[in-house]
Amino acid sequence: MLRPGAFGMRFVGFLLLLTGWLLVLAAIVLLASPASRAGFVLAGVAVEALGLTFVIRSHLIAREDKR
Amino acid sequence: MPMPVPGFPEAAMIVCLFFIFLVPLAGVGISLINAGLGRSRNAGHMMMAAISALSIAAIAYFFCGFAWQGFIGRPGHILILSGKSWNWIAAERFFFRGLALDGSPASLAALLQIFCVGLAALIPLGSGADRWRLRASCASAALLAGWTYPLFAHWVWGGGWLAQLGANYGLGHGFIDAGGASSIHVVGGLSALAVTWILGPRRGKYSSDGMAPAIPGHNGVLVLFGCLLALLGWFGLNSAGAILFTGGVPAQSVLVAINTMLEAAAASLTAAVITGIRFGKPDASLSANGWIGGLVASSATCAFVVPAEAIVIGSIAGALVTFSVEWFELRLEVDDPGGAVSVHAIGGIWGILAVGLFARFHSPILNVAGSSIPVTGGAAPGQWLAQLVGVATLIGFVLPLTYILNWALNRICPFRVAIEGERQGMDLYELGAGAYPEFITHTEDFIPR
Repeated sequence: MLRPGAFGMRFVGFLLLLTGWLLVLAAIVLLASPASRAGFVLAGVAVEALGLTFVIRSHLIAREDKR
Repeated sequence: MPMPVPGFPEAAMIVCLFFIFLVPLAGVGISLINAGLGRSRNAGHMMMAAISALSIAAIAYFFCGFAWQGFIGRPGHILILSGKSWNWIAAERFFFRGLALDGSPASLAALLQIFCVGLAALIPLGSGADRWRLRASCASAALLAGWTYPLFAHWVWGGGWLAQLGANYGLGHGFIDAGGASSIHVVGGLSALAVTWILGPRRGKYSSDGMAPAIPGHNGVLVLFGCLLALLGWFGLNSAGAILFTGGVPAQSVLVAINTMLEAAAASLTAAVITGIRFGKPDASLSANGWIGGLVASSATCAFVVPAEAIVIGSIAGALVTFSVEWFELRLEVDDPGGAVSVHAIGGIWGILAVGLFARFHSPILNVAGSSIPVTGGAAPGQWLAQLVGVATLIGFVLPLTYILNWALNRICPFRVAIEGERQGMDLYELGAGAYPEFITHTEDFIPR
């Protein structure tokens, strides 16, 4: 059984992954300047990295709970 | 009698067919590697799972996969955002209806994709080795081949929004991936990661204090033979992909084959040298993983870099795969017996990014509807950003999608075999016969920790 904290962390992690991707899409559609577009795409990737960290951490917590 | 299609000479069709018929060898290679890196008591089960995944993937793709994926210049559903058209999914009919099987590029692409989708479905089998039930792996392959793969492949190879990034927003030539590093390998590798997380590690893999004893593969010869067979498959995959999906000419296949070989060679040698320095002797299984990692990276870059750059890209792929296998296993506790996540996801992502860093374009690129995008020669401004958007899409959209689909599937059809099955071996437990019946099975090597 997954601890509520780990479940929440996983949920937030996947939400951040999707948010980061939407940020990338928004940067392409809404921004015209190459520099600002590249900056926001990188920011989106950074949000995805944060989300991935959360998802990975939630799985590690679940593993620790099973031991 | 099929007639030659205007703009696509008969000679190109024959060459393309030859390359496509080589592609199943990549699947044979991956299957042998997966079997060899698993335990002997699961070897028959792994090969059976491979055959089943290939079969189900082909049928699922025929049923609905091609309808979602489509091909460049064929019908698609379009969204208009800020005045730009976003082709987000194909509008083909199910069961290949409306597709003339006449040697046209679209029909050749459909044939190639039937093999490619099977290749993608084989990748998660390596990470779920020794514990993934046969029926669950088949159901997961059907989801991958029927939905996840075609959706992303449409965006890249069907004239979808990723391919349109160049025409719509001036990002180089749009997202480019000639041989499927993204649509086949990263999609398969991320599915492998999702499956590994859902399954959990093999019993006995991690002790209570977090130590992770190595569980070596049972047959190194199968693994290395699989690598050699995979090379032939990759020659076909990369060459056919370059012709069909980027508008390459058959003569370009020489460059594609040279780069494919060099990237695999450099990656394998790098892995051998790194393991030789770190462990005192080169590690065969990590060198094999490096070889495939180099092939995966070559799928993206093969048609757009010079051979010297291919060696650099392959070397980096080999190093990335070698270190990431250990990182996933020891730091992240991802029990991936076949190294599928490192080889296919990490190797593929590196290949995609390498296009943005190294690629030079000397011939027109055909990846959106209408006509080829002209090139002036040399690097394309913004290409790196298009490639990065592709990677962001894989991690930010495909990973959650495949995780949620497999998680839901696990609720309906449990993935993990019972403890008894893992102890006895999947061959006997699920198939009723071992792969090596004349050998005595030693069950005492299974020590619950």
